[in-house]
Amino acid sequence: MAEKILKKSGLDGFLKSLGESYKVFGPMAEGREIKFGPIEGGILLDFQNSRMSPKDFFFPQSERMFEFVTGSSSEEANILKSCLTEPEPRLVYGIRPCDAKAFAVLDKIFTNDQYTDVYWTTKREAVVLVGLGCNSPCPTCFCTSVGCGPFHEEGLDVLVYDLGENLLLKSLTEKGGQILEKAEGLEEADEEALETAAGLKDRAESAITSVVETDKIEEREVMELFEAPHWEMVQERCLNCGVCTFVCPTCHCFDIQDEVAGQVGDRIRNWDTCMSWLFTVHGSGHNPRPDKTSRVRQRFMHKFKYIPMKRDGDIGCVGCGRCIVSCPVNIDVRDVVRDMNL
Amino acid sequence: MNNPYLPYPVRIDKIVVETEDKNLRSFRLVFLNKADEEAFNYIPGQFAELSLAGYGEIPIGIASSPTEEGHLLFTVNKVGSVSTALHNMNEGDIMGVRGPLGNSYPLEKMEGKDVVIVAGGFAVTTLRSTITWILDPAHREKYGRITFAYGVRSPGMFLYSDEMKAWEKRDDIDTFLTIDREHHDWNGLVGMVPAVLEEAAPSSENAVALVCGPPIMIRFTQPVLEKLGFGDEDIILSLENRMKCGIGICGRCNVGPEYVCKDGPVFTKAELNKLPREY
Amino acid sequence: MESRTGKIREIARRLLTEEKVDVVLGYKAGTVPLRNIPFFARTPEEVESLIWDSNGRINLANFLPRREDRIAVAAKGCDVRNIVNHIIENQIKREQVYIIGVPCEGMIDPELVYEREGRLIEEAAEADGKLTVRGNGFETVLDRNELLRQNCRICQHRNPPVYDELVGEPVPEEGDVSPLEDLEELLAKADSERYEYFHDLVKTCIRCYACRDACPLCYCHVCFVDEHMPQWLGKSIDPRDVITYHFLRAFHCAGRCTDCGACESACPLNIKVRQFTRLLEKDIRELYGYEAGLSLDKLPPLTVYLPDDREEFIK
Repeated sequence: MAEKILKKSGLDGFLKSLGESYKVFGPMAEGREIKFGPIEGGILLDFQNSRMSPKDFFFPQSERMFEFVTGSSSEEANILKSCLTEPEPRLVYGIRPCDAKAFAVLDKIFTNDQYTDVYWTTKREAVVLVGLGCNSPCPTCFCTSVGCGPFHEEGLDVLVYDLGENLLLKSLTEKGGQILEKAEGLEEADEEALETAAGLKDRAESAITSVVETDKIEEREVMELFEAPHWEMVQERCLNCGVCTFVCPTCHCFDIQDEVAGQVGDRIRNWDTCMSWLFTVHGSGHNPRPDKTSRVRQRFMHKFKYIPMKRDGDIGCVGCGRCIVSCPVNIDVRDVVRDMNL
Repeated sequence: MNNPYLPYPVRIDKIVVETEDKNLRSFRLVFLNKADEEAFNYIPGQFAELSLAGYGEIPIGIASSPTEEGHLLFTVNKVGSVSTALHNMNEGDIMGVRGPLGNSYPLEKMEGKDVVIVAGGFAVTTLRSTITWILDPAHREKYGRITFAYGVRSPGMFLYSDEMKAWEKRDDIDTFLTIDREHHDWNGLVGMVPAVLEEAAPSSENAVALVCGPPIMIRFTQPVLEKLGFGDEDIILSLENRMKCGIGICGRCNVGPEYVCKDGPVFTKAELNKLPREY
Repeated sequence: MESRTGKIREIARRLLTEEKVDVVLGYKAGTVPLRNIPFFARTPEEVESLIWDSNGRINLANFLPRREDRIAVAAKGCDVRNIVNHIIENQIKREQVYIIGVPCEGMIDPELVYEREGRLIEEAAEADGKLTVRGNGFETVLDRNELLRQNCRICQHRNPPVYDELVGEPVPEEGDVSPLEDLEELLAKADSERYEYFHDLVKTCIRCYACRDACPLCYCHVCFVDEHMPQWLGKSIDPRDVITYHFLRAFHCAGRCTDCGACESACPLNIKVRQFTRLLEKDIRELYGYEAGLSLDKLPPLTVYLPDDREEFIK
């Protein structure tokens, strides 16, 4: 674990030198939105977070899994060939700790005790994450309530503290340590810098105004939460559109589809959403979640009850607040969780 | 690194139209690569994803038993786009199989006990696998009395009817085949499966019950089993749900915290009592 | 604007205590600034949460199809036109809906607020035609009229055309804004340029379907994107499938769209999806002289066939 200082004015140069070994991404303006894109020109230094979560670095919205040819003339017909390729090494600068924690949560989902999702793991292993801690959290952030925080370290290789004129870089993994070792223009962090950094962390954590308790959810039985009366009220205005699932950094449900043009085809996977009635409908037409109430309830139960049950208490939400900001009818996850925790 | 989404290539060796309405076909599949066949070690109760390039995949219970070497047997109902495409395929065509997936029937827990097997309609597939496995000379003496009750709408709707008729003649299994209503082609039992089961009244002492069928059959079989004295721990069900990945990742098939594809499809009634009825 | 809140609450209270309706649908304050929430009030106590402000961007008629209860809706001009549409299309019965018509002075577009005040807004309050936004160490006062959504600025039907009760006096219909100002750029383009324009418009679309689900017209049990035997279009973000979705949806809404802007307001990526429907509605007006939802007696031209239709191709 190393702690180094980089002058903020030297950030562009630092990232440029990294560009020799990695394709470097950072927070870029895209119209009025922010997106983690390839660095061209300067990156944004002052930003909250991207509108869409950066999960598409490892889990793109549409991904070709296999290719095949159909018809009977080829020996290879109807036999699937993997589209998995050696990913290019990438480095993402400016990831917020909530999004990084989300990657750590998803690591445990895409690799379970029996199977490894190679499409996720190959990309994940080839990316270095340099995160930027949040000096001023948003009013909608509630990361500290769900096992995360504005300077949380899980999922990151390096964590950056913005001290003002300088940046404190703290390596957290071997990959991160190597980056700091090879980089030029870094100095050892002194006591003062470390103290300032600690102060920033404390201040940021206290600045978080949204506090949501989840202790009772842990104690309650599944059926007790399932049959609670508040779900009817939560679902009433829900449009079942799926915006929440698409902007969320921990939502990971996907669909697998074959697409064919002539005699050539692909098996692709696409993001899917439990908000859609199609998600669970059987071929016979029977739908285990036929109404909006059951679908809305599923999302919150999955994130706040089922995932912690199966993944050592890790909550399937990192408190980034994107769903609160993006939901067209302002369904607020903080209120829903408070109701679940009654 | 092993890609869990990649199916093994297989060839359709034989197709049998099982039912008079032609909606159920059995497919006997052989592996193209011996190494794949050796890797595919399955236990009765498990399922596999049948993959058709250009159409998709469907999760189907394995109807063959591991004691039947050299091939896999699947019986598929024509319901949607993939199953319809499969029904249009011919012997010799190439497709894919991904698996074995899911948990199995608790064959070890069942050792030394009587086994009551209740099936309805075309849900009998994995139960055929189980019965074939149990009746195999290598395994039969590990189990007590076997009772098998299987009901369908009409005589032409029985799956594996030749095999079943052979089972009726055996003395190491009590077979009750029944149809819903009187039919001119049928001299056997008439009545719904729950009623037939109640009549047969197998003992629940040191016994387990495996139940697989349409939701309505399960609903009416449940009180009969209760009356016969079966506890919820000893009633074993196999669930169905819409699936895609089959390996507990894509998030689609969950019933509460359990994934039907990975933590199931086999569950005891006791386990299901604690879960939401989202299946 | 504030007086409307009081009047709506008074009407709602009365309707509920007299048991004329089972539920009153309106808005209540949001949990984040510049938002409000569609709210179903069922008791006089819940009525106290109803408000009327400049954030009512969601079209409340969206919640009406297939309802079985009696519902009162605090509806602005465009919302009412969609309610009329629903009645014409048999999605709800006239007797079931009590239309609390609200003459509307337009809703604001948060993006226009952020353009003028780019810092993180923590509080927002409206009064006397001004919007005051506050954040960490700043307070900015903006003129509400400069913040209106584009469809509100050019709106020609601010007053509900049909209602059971009107909240306050009708407002003047906006006169001196060109109703086609938002289409000028597009109309000037050649066909090939338009093709590129529309593809460019939806290049960031993530197919979340918020536009479809916020739209009151999209109430089909099985939307065309959800059909699978046969499958109409692919489900990935292949640009061909994305543009197909938007084009087809626009055509399904043609002759029925009231330009309420709920689609654009719901989009998480601020895509200007109204550009599709606006173009078609202009064509409908020119070809059939029809605008949706202005009268319970006039039928949408593309969804109705009458034996004496004048078009030759249908004879």
